[in-house]
Amino acid sequence: MDKYKLAPEFGGERKTTQEDKIAIKVSGLTKYYGDFLALDRINFKVEKGQIFGFLGPNGAGKTTTIRILTGILIPDKGKAEIMGIDVTKDPIGAKKIMGVVPEVCNVYTDLSAWENIILAGKLYRVRKGERQKRAKQLLQKFNLIKIKDEKTKKLSKGMRQRLILAMSLIHDPEILFLDEPTSGLDVKSTHMIRKILQELKLKGKTIFLTTHNIEEANLICDKVAIINRGKIVAFDTPERLKSAFKRTQSIEVSFDRMPSDIKWVEDIPHIDRYQILGDKLRLYTPDPDIVIRELTKYTEKNKLRFVSLSTLGPSLEDVFVKLTEEKETKL
Amino acid sequence: MKNSHPFSNFFYSLSGSLVIMEKDARIYYIKPPVIIFGILFPLFFLLAFALGRKVSSFILVPGMVSMSLFFTSSSVGPLITPWERTARTYERLLTTPISLFSLILGDAMAGFIFGILISLIPLFLGFTFFNVKVAHPFCLIGNMLLSSLCFSSLGVALSSSATEAPSQAMMLSSLVRFPLIFISGIFIPLNNLPNWGKIIATISPLTYTTDLLRFSLYDDGFYPIFLDLLMLVIFSILFFGLALKLHKKNLIKAI
Repeated sequence: MDKYKLAPEFGGERKTTQEDKIAIKVSGLTKYYGDFLALDRINFKVEKGQIFGFLGPNGAGKTTTIRILTGILIPDKGKAEIMGIDVTKDPIGAKKIMGVVPEVCNVYTDLSAWENIILAGKLYRVRKGERQKRAKQLLQKFNLIKIKDEKTKKLSKGMRQRLILAMSLIHDPEILFLDEPTSGLDVKSTHMIRKILQELKLKGKTIFLTTHNIEEANLICDKVAIINRGKIVAFDTPERLKSAFKRTQSIEVSFDRMPSDIKWVEDIPHIDRYQILGDKLRLYTPDPDIVIRELTKYTEKNKLRFVSLSTLGPSLEDVFVKLTEEKETKL
Repeated sequence: MKNSHPFSNFFYSLSGSLVIMEKDARIYYIKPPVIIFGILFPLFFLLAFALGRKVSSFILVPGMVSMSLFFTSSSVGPLITPWERTARTYERLLTTPISLFSLILGDAMAGFIFGILISLIPLFLGFTFFNVKVAHPFCLIGNMLLSSLCFSSLGVALSSSATEAPSQAMMLSSLVRFPLIFISGIFIPLNNLPNWGKIIATISPLTYTTDLLRFSLYDDGFYPIFLDLLMLVIFSILFFGLALKLHKKNLIKAI
């Protein structure tokens, strides 16, 4: 039976290629605003079912990238494909399979939560029965069902953001684009959104999110890309990125009383930089052993006591700071 | 996944215009102040002109209907996009599977229907209080449909300026719309205008609406009917094309 296999076009099974696993493919994407180069030939691929974090300082090109990927802006050069659909050539086709939460957006405040989500369903042409069923499910999931008939002008920022996310899921999209989804939200809403993103990933959905919250990216992203001045400066898993920056280890120490003058820190050998974080002192070093010995000597000499002392590996934030700083120094 | 067929996307996107129209109607048009303004404004304007003077129904009724068509069809259109920009709902709308063409068409359709419905009121007032009879019913229907489309397209074109503030859009809208009512043969019929007045009147779409109304109701028009209709079609295409071009141009500034 297996001797003669049918070709895919005649109903035969098609082999899964590497390309089939790709949800977002960006090649040579370039965008100018007048003379200002906002995106400089960026390339990356996002696999299906991944949560992809797109990080970068303000004005680095994150929102421009997301706006091109969501079919709002047209690139000057390069190509962006969503599930194999060229966004520039077929924006409507690509928009059908994506849900989008822009960075600064709002719901219609004259409409109720229910009317807003139903309107979103109509904009995506979800059939009436399905639309109402999904709207109800989503409002329940986002804990908004009790206030569904209230005008959204009365809702808190967290509730509105949850509603916007619910609206972006009304057509059960394959890919979700989120531009700073948890920015300025209360802890409860942030946790709820993160949990739902994890659930969506388990269902095989692809999530592309930009965030300023490096810890958030570290916690939920499978892969991250760091963009700076329109160029991708790093692209890997959070753990691999951190391990590539092992030199950036740090020691966090707090004393029973903080010394008023901490210039002595600069005399400790192998200290790259230091930071005062509230009642703690963080020292960045490639050699924690020497630094700990020096700190012990200092406490004995000045009759101080350690309240806490811990060594920390490089955080994703350190990687981010290092990469964006290095780039700026070179420029 | 392959790129979808352009035709299927076109109809898919076009059906989105109806959703936009419904959204505009619910959020912007079906509001008591908007409806009251739509009914009362042309009425008061004309009464201010007619009170204390002997003005025939030949001037009054077509004037009232044409002003109503003009002001209601183009009343809310200039404000929709600036409102959406200020309220931060515009970018999310652009991410839905609706083309810019369909978005503008939806906005224009909302103004079109609102204009026709409200303008029926002064028309019926004319029938009731001034004993006006319709001389050419098809011409009247065609005129109302075309004029409403033309003026709602003008409204949408005015909404596409780069400004985010609705108050600025309102200023621009008033600046464009108000002078037109004085040069369009509403208060003084075209054949009574001096030559320079007749020349200026040709640049206003409202001239052709008023002229066609006088023909439809009193069988007395200044221009040939086909010219009135043709000019309204030309102005409609011009305003809609302008709206599309300006919206595209100002898209980056708008988001």
